Parts: sequence; structure tokens; C-alpha cells
Amino acid sequence: MLNTILDFAPKIPLAEWVDWLTGVITDGFAFLFDPIKEHFGNFMEFFAEDVLMAIPPVIFILAIALIAFFVTGKKFGLAAFSIVGLWLVYNQGHWENLMNTVTLVLLASLISIIIGVPIGILMSKSKTANAIITPILDFMQTMPAFVYLIPAVAFFGIGMVPGVFASVIFATPPTVRFTNLGIRQVSKDLVEASDAFGTTGSQKLFKVELPMAKSTIMAGINQTVMLALSMVVIASMIGAKGLGREVLSSLQRADAGTGFVAGIAIVILAIIIDRITQNLNRDKD
Amino acid sequence: MKLLPIIEVKDLTKVFGKNKKQALNLLNEGKSKEEILKETGSTVGVNRASFSVEEGEVFVIMGLSGSGKSTLIRLINRLIEPTSGSILIDGQDLSKMDKNSLREVRRKKLSMVFQQFALFPHRTILENAAFGLEIQKVSKEEREKKAKEALELVGLGGYLHQKPSQLSGGMQQRVGLARALANDPKVLLMDEAFSALDPLIRKEMQDELLDLQSSMQKTILFITHDLDEALRLGDRIALMKDGSIVQIGTPEEILMNPANDYVERFVEDVDRSKVLTASHIMKRPETINIDKHGPRVALERMGEEGISSILVIDSKRNLKGYVTAEDALEARKNNVKDIHAILQTDIPKVDIDTALHDIFSIIYDSKVPVAVVEEGKLKGIIIRGSVIAALAGEGEVNMENA
Ligand SMILES: Nc1ncnc2c1ncn2[C@@H]1O[C@H](COP(=O)(O)OP(=O)(O)OP(=O)(O)O)[C@@H](O)[C@H]1O
Ligand SMILES: [Mg+2]
Repeated sequence: MLNTILDFAPKIPLAEWVDWLTGVITDGFAFLFDPIKEHFGNFMEFFAEDVLMAIPPVIFILAIALIAFFVTGKKFGLAAFSIVGLWLVYNQGHWENLMNTVTLVLLASLISIIIGVPIGILMSKSKTANAIITPILDFMQTMPAFVYLIPAVAFFGIGMVPGVFASVIFATPPTVRFTNLGIRQVSKDLVEASDAFGTTGSQKLFKVELPMAKSTIMAGINQTVMLALSMVVIASMIGAKGLGREVLSSLQRADAGTGFVAGIAIVILAIIIDRITQNLNRDKD
Repeated sequence: MKLLPIIEVKDLTKVFGKNKKQALNLLNEGKSKEEILKETGSTVGVNRASFSVEEGEVFVIMGLSGSGKSTLIRLINRLIEPTSGSILIDGQDLSKMDKNSLREVRRKKLSMVFQQFALFPHRTILENAAFGLEIQKVSKEEREKKAKEALELVGLGGYLHQKPSQLSGGMQQRVGLARALANDPKVLLMDEAFSALDPLIRKEMQDELLDLQSSMQKTILFITHDLDEALRLGDRIALMKDGSIVQIGTPEEILMNPANDYVERFVEDVDRSKVLTASHIMKRPETINIDKHGPRVALERMGEEGISSILVIDSKRNLKGYVTAEDALEARKNNVKDIHAILQTDIPKVDIDTALHDIFSIIYDSKVPVAVVEEGKLKGIIIRGSVIAALAGEGEVNMENA
């Protein structure tokens, strides 16, 4: 009885609208999406297969260990962990998958940073931009990550490219937020000193604000990389190659062992990336 | 010939808040800062301040917390936008300048030193000092050379590659000063630059600033809430209250003739013995001329004035000595005509600039009054009573002598 009050209006065709919009974007921007899909897809394949996989695993492992060693201030812990962990991945026959995952995470993170830092700077400088972008970021982060797969597929089909697209959308917000925060946090005194000496806007940004905000921005980048990594399984649902796909297929086959091994490989990668990016930050402080 | 003032501020006003127009009108009606805050919700930072600073002058702005000092100094390089009024630097009106010209003025003419130093923590001392030149795109070689010179000037030649956090507060502020000097600006703007330092270091920095000023002839606008500091540094002092300048004058003028109760209260607890000099408390001396007068005239004068000794000068007012009434009486009895016979020359003398503090110890041991001289010529006389009166903060003080 009472429910009839709620039925005063017919169902709003929200889903249809989104479908329509996605269709319009897909068709309208096909001239943009198609070459991206083709060239970027080729590039990713090239990067994974002809660059990363061309490096002999021994060299690769040693190089990572060396980076870990120096980044952690010449301590052996992370370096040793990297050697053992990466060897284990190799031993389990997941090297190729690992390289595909690294490609996905690396490129998604890189694009997130390239997009995120300037947006963060814009937000720190403009109240209007801040007011507009903040709710968008909230929206991006609360929307379940799976949802991004749908437009990703619509725009780019299946494969690595839509995986990167979905990861970028999911992983960019922390870099934006932390860049904005870092610049806003720069002490008023220093900004004033910079102004008093007659800096231009860009001199102030590059010589004072960004260097001062660096550690905050790096914390944001660290989160972005970890979020990109957390997307690998989800991205595999739309055909991205790598460790995520192993996890997904073992789930479908209820194959606990294989799934666990692939999961462990992701964890190892996560720990190495996390510690290296964190220390990158602390080191130069 | 008078030099053009390097800074000229006219009717400069800053209102923080929304109802600027209304607040300005109320200011012109003579409403107080408090009334305006109540009526409009806007805060008056600076209220129609006008003053000018000559080249090479140390101009101190003093006032209690919240009186608008920081706002005023930031209006002068337009870190804060003025609500009304004008700021002329070298005859150019800063308040009407576009961004580019303003930046040029900030780079070339005005450098600022901050209370909390505001050094860039990610840069070395040398890079900090070179900052102003770096943003002017001076070559690395040249800017480091100039920065090094500036750092040597403030005694930090040996710390070029340290980071600011490795230095003590006093040293950090020297870096702040070097950073300002490296630009070779005409004007230094110093907002409570020494307030964060402990008293000993602070005094040291004041002395150094004065040394630097006398060798480099910079114009300095210095802000402080400390009267002692103002008196030590300032050629002239402006006193602020509630955003208005209530008095401008030399340290002496401020101390001797406080414009109102506010200034007077500020001035009350200064140690007067350090500020007053012989010129402030000396009296017109009774004298006789050594070339014209004899013991008889001396006696007569002393009798007239009721004093027991009288100073002797020549026609050019050079101080020769004194004679006592006793000796003059004796001489008259013995019919001695020449004053030389009874002239005593062991008279205590002080220079006209001698501080009251130092006069006190001289006069304490002396039976006769102290003569005040300037290049050998007699200017006045000080008796014990007037020293004590001055120290006690009473008794009249002659400003025309200052
Ligand atoms: N950004 C601002 N917004 C609003 N009001 C301000 C602002 N800056 C200063 N004021 C107000 O202007 C007045 C003068 O402040 P100002 O900082 O110039 O005082 P000050 O003499 O430098 O004090 P202090 O000795 O504490 O540094 C104060 O009433 C203050 O509250
Ligand atoms: Mg202040």
C-alpha cells in the first residue's frame, strides 16, 4: 500500500543513459582509442617480451637486489629478500607472468603519476579546481574497481591496454591527493620568502614547493603503485596477461595450489616494490 | 641638499576581511579599530600610515603584538596587497605596478629577513644564500661567488655545504641575512629578525648589523617589539598602535617627549642612563673670559649667581680652567690683577656625547661641576643634582641641545 507512494515515477533509465554515454564516447573517440589500443598495446607487448623478458633472469634478480641494497642505505635485508623471493617465482615457472605483471604495474603507475602530479599541483593552486576535483576523486575511489572494467572494455576491447586504463583510474587518486596536500603543507614562511625574493610562479613551484613536498608526494606515489598492483587480478578478467590471470584461472578451476603460488608471487612483488619506493623517499630526505 | 627618500609611504591602509569600503569610510570618520571590527567584522591591519625613509637610514618600526608591524612591512614589498594608499620605492609606486615590475623591484631593491629565518631546508647554506641570484638566472659561478662573499661578511665562510638544520639559531639568521645581502639590495626589510634569538646572540647580531650598515650604507627597515633594540639600532623610530603610527622621531625625541600615554608607557621601563647623554642634562655655564676679566669680575659673577666657582674660557670659548671664590677673594686682597695666578686647570671634562651612565661615576668623585666640551670648546656644565634628577626620570631635559 504505502509503497505506491514511492512508485510515483517510472524507473529512471540511469543505466540506459550510461550505456548511451559510453556508446557515444566509444564511437566519438574511436579515432583516439583505436590507435592507442594498437600502438600502446604493441608497445606493452614489446616492453614485456623484448625488453624485460630479454634480460636474463639472473641479471634481472641481481639488478633488483643491487637497487634494493643501495636504496635501503646499504643494508642487506631487502636485497636478500629480493634474491630469494624472485628466485622462488622463477623456480615456480612464473617468470614470464611476473614480467607481464611488472609491465602492467609499471606502466599504469607511470601514467598515473604523469597525470596525477600535475592535477595535484593544479588543485593546490586553484580553489575552484580543488572544489571540483575532490568529489571526483572520492567517487573514483569508492566505486568498486570492477566497474572500471566495463568502459575499459568498451573503449579498448580486451587485453593489456584496458587493464592499464582501469588500473590508472583506480590508482591515480592517491598521487593527486598527496601532491595537493604536500604543496599546501609547505610552510607559509617559505612560500613568503620565495615570493619576497621575486620568484615567478614556476620558480616557486620547482625550487621551493615541489622539493619541500617531495616526501609527501612520494608517499602518494607509493600508494598509487600498490593500488596498481592490487588491480592485476581484476585486470586479468579482461584479458591482461600475468600473475593475475593465474590466480583467476585457478579460482575458476578451484585449484588451490596454483592459486596460492601465483598469489605468493604477487605478494613478493608487492613487498619489493613497496619497500623500494618507500626508501626512495626516506633516503633523499 | 636633501636626498630623495628611498621609501615613501603615503596613507597606506590595509583592511583584512570583507567590508573593505565600509571599513575605509569608518576609518576616515575617525572610528577606532575596535569599533570597526564590531560594525563590519573587518580587521584594520594598518591605518593610514605615512612616513618616509632616507637612503642609508635605519628606520625602526616598533609596537606591541598585533599593532600591525608585520602587516606594514609586508605592504612595503606587497606580500600583502594594500587596501588603499601608496608605496613609493625610489619614486616608483609599487601599489600600481604590474606583476613583472613588482618582481623586478623585489629582486633588485628589496630583500627581506624573517623572524623564523625561513631558510630552505633542502638547500645547503651556500645554495640558500645564492637563492635570490639563482632566480635572477645569474650564472652558477657568479652567484656562488657573491653568495660566498655575503656569507663571509656575516662570518659563515666555513659552513657553505651544511644544511640549515645543522646550524644554531644565530647562525641560521646570519644565513638569512647573507641571503638578503647577496642580492645587493638597496633596502633590507627585517621583520623581528632577531626576536627568536637568545639575548646574548641577539645583542651580538645587533652590533654586527650596525657594523654592516655603516660599511655598506644599506637602508634598513627594522621591526621589533623591543624598545631597547629599537633604541640601539634606529636612526629614527616609528611607534605603532592599533595599526596607526602614533609617533615618529629619533630615539631621543621618543624618549624625551613621548607623544602620548601609549608611547610614554612604552618608554617608562627603559634604562635612561644608557640613552641620555651629557647634551641632555647640561646647563648654560657661567664663565669669565681669561683675556678680559680679572679676579674682581670673577668674584662679582659668582656673587650674582650664588656659586662658589666659575669656569674660565678664552674669546673662542676654549675651556681654560676654573677659579674658586676663595682664591679670587685672596687675589683681590693681594691686589693680583692677572687671573692666571689663581687659575686651576684640573677640571673634570666630558665630551658632549658621553652617556649619563659614565658621567655619573665622574661627577660622583668631583668637588666641582663637570664641564661639557665639544672639540675643546665649552658647551655646558653639569651639576650633580641634574644627573640624579635625570636618572630618576624627572627634571627637565633640554631638547634644543640634542
Ligand atoms: N591574514 C590576516 N587576516 C586577518 N587579519 C590579520 C591577518 N594578518 C594580520 N591580521 C590582523 O592584523 C593586525 C595586525 O597584525 P600584525 O601581524 O601585523 O601585527 P604585529 O604587530 O606584527 O604583531 P606581532 O608582534 O605579534 O608579530 C592584527 O589584529 C591581526 O589579527
Ligand atoms: Mg609580526
